Amino acid sequence: MLKQESYILIAFGIFAGIIGAVYWFWGHEDSGGVMLVGAILLGLMPGLYYYYWYRRSGGQRPEDRPDATVADGAGTVDAFPSTSIWPFVLGSGCFFFVLALVFGIWLLVPGLSLVLAAFIGATAESRRGGSV
Amino acid sequence: MTDLIERHDIESSDDHGDHGVSHHDHHGPSGLLKWLTSTDHKVIGINYTVTSVLMLILGGALAEIIRAQLVSPTSTLVSFAQYNQLFTMHGSIMIYLFAGPFAFAGLANYMVPLQIGAPDMAFPRLNALSYWLYLGGTISMVLGFFATGGPAAFGWVGYAPLTSAVNAPGVGPDLWIGALMLTGFSAIFSGVNLVATIFYLRAPGMTLFRMPIFTWNMLVTGLLILLAFPVLTAALVMLYCDRHFGTHIFEVQGGGVPILWQHMFWFWGHPEVYILALPFFGMVSEVIPVFSKKPMFGYKGMVFATMTIAALSLGVWAHHMFTTGAVLLPFFSIMSLLIAVPTGIKIFNWIGTMWKGQVEYTSSMLFAIGFVITFLIGGITGIYLASPPLDFFTHDTYFVVAHFHSVVMALVIGAMAGIYFWGPKITGYKLHEGWGKAQFWFLFIGTQVFTFPGYWLGLKGMARRMAVYPNNPSWQTLNDWSTIGAIMIGISTLFFIINLLVSWRKPIPAGDNPWDANALEWFTTSPPPHHNFLSLPPVRSERPTWDYYHPEHPALGHGDHVSGHAEQKVSN
Repeated sequence: MLKQESYILIAFGIFAGIIGAVYWFWGHEDSGGVMLVGAILLGLMPGLYYYYWYRRSGGQRPEDRPDATVADGAGTVDAFPSTSIWPFVLGSGCFFFVLALVFGIWLLVPGLSLVLAAFIGATAESRRGGSV
Repeated sequence: MTDLIERHDIESSDDHGDHGVSHHDHHGPSGLLKWLTSTDHKVIGINYTVTSVLMLILGGALAEIIRAQLVSPTSTLVSFAQYNQLFTMHGSIMIYLFAGPFAFAGLANYMVPLQIGAPDMAFPRLNALSYWLYLGGTISMVLGFFATGGPAAFGWVGYAPLTSAVNAPGVGPDLWIGALMLTGFSAIFSGVNLVATIFYLRAPGMTLFRMPIFTWNMLVTGLLILLAFPVLTAALVMLYCDRHFGTHIFEVQGGGVPILWQHMFWFWGHPEVYILALPFFGMVSEVIPVFSKKPMFGYKGMVFATMTIAALSLGVWAHHMFTTGAVLLPFFSIMSLLIAVPTGIKIFNWIGTMWKGQVEYTSSMLFAIGFVITFLIGGITGIYLASPPLDFFTHDTYFVVAHFHSVVMALVIGAMAGIYFWGPKITGYKLHEGWGKAQFWFLFIGTQVFTFPGYWLGLKGMARRMAVYPNNPSWQTLNDWSTIGAIMIGISTLFFIINLLVSWRKPIPAGDNPWDANALEWFTTSPPPHHNFLSLPPVRSERPTWDYYHPEHPALGHGDHVSGHAEQKVSN
């Protein structure tokens, strides 16, 4: 599983490494060099993680096999939440947080309250509803 | 509430006799609460699309005021300060609030799970959070208009030191920063969701190289978002600290480096150009094969070109900074010129798809062709700008303005191709073709009339971001032509709104698969049920729906089709 996916990410990281090396040794410019190191890590970290799981599990998922039938993928896909209010509460909290940055620290009171309520609510909801 | 999703194929669902109802009946809240609590990617996708199109109309209205100011050399319609605010908010709304969210979170949110046969995005609640953050960002940005001292006025790129607390005091700039932080996080979450969905929720048999081109482009866009947006958000935090906490990261006094802002901004900003463009490349790559009645020409070449564009976009950021004299000119020039190669591959493949096809000129197809032409003009003028000697001559003139307006207007035209193509899937009803074609011709011709004088003015030396210009008859004529183009674009938007109203009053039922299309989204009903699919067909090529409805042209195991192009005519 996830063989081609990991290759794409690793190739992305290696390409960023080549660009980064050329840029660094040619230009000696710090900010771009640092940001390209970030790009290398963005490719390599998830890519190697997926590669590790590919090596470890070895098997192919139905979506990796060109000849898989729909029956091969039959069964439970996953559990999905159908409705939840907590994203809205968390989003509102973040909005008040930004308004606090602009208009004054007192707006952190509603902001943090909403964020905390959302954290608690979403966690409780996940426990009630199973593996959301 | 949680739904367990199970998968059924067509055969097994026929055995049940109930057409394979694969999920529980959906009992959720109704009314406003339904809208507030929905984690359905389709509802969120529509929310994104509607909000971003409203922002397109607001940004377009600001553009019309800008063009009205430039009708005469010394117009006093708006003051200089108001003009600065106008072009700043026009750019900010269009880039941060329309183009990006529409591209990677609007139609993509709706279509990517459908195209790969998934019941929802991988993280539905995170997806909902993305939208609420984006809406908060939108409100923050628009609140700037009501701020004392007006909204931000330092250009949508917010170069230091124009953004410092001394040069840009007041709450308007802070609202701009806050809006970008919120939309930045919203984009990052959308990117996470896109990548995880495409990696983990594909239908059986849907290997990576059988995904529709649109889904491929959204995967690459998701990766680019993860690369680019954190840099912008970090830069905004640093800017806020400079303004309020006494740091001097971007200020010379105290040892800061103003040009660091430009590096960080464009390290986000140039990948952002491809984050905006790749989804629309994907949309027209869906539209053109369907209305040419042919499979995509050079499928793997398209995928390769998409990945190459994304990879090269890592090394081109400072071509926006050639005239600072502080960047490595040959490196960025070579990298920028190289991007022309994969983009050229794409253009050739679109033409190759239409070549000897049975092209059907629906509104959607016209918009797709209009996209290719307009993007080609914007892309080629971009190649000029990648050359430092030409860039020194045209930097910060109307040549640059016309170049990127060709590019982004191509994206607007591509967005319309997507709306006319996928609208029937989303609503169950087609949009009116006549109004659609009228909209296309006004939008397409208006775009060219609007941008061509800009190239000319730029070469004559007219600087951008100026409320007045030298009283020179030829400059005024060219500006007036540009304004006529802008008015035509405005009229085309009016036609779009009329079309929505007409199609709403006199609905044209579309059916599940009105275009005899290719990808999986056309296999389900219009609009799709909650959690999308009652049953799935076997996936044997990159166009499973077409294969299912055309058993006379079976796909080979590795995804190629048995017959040549000429035999794959549609017989209905």
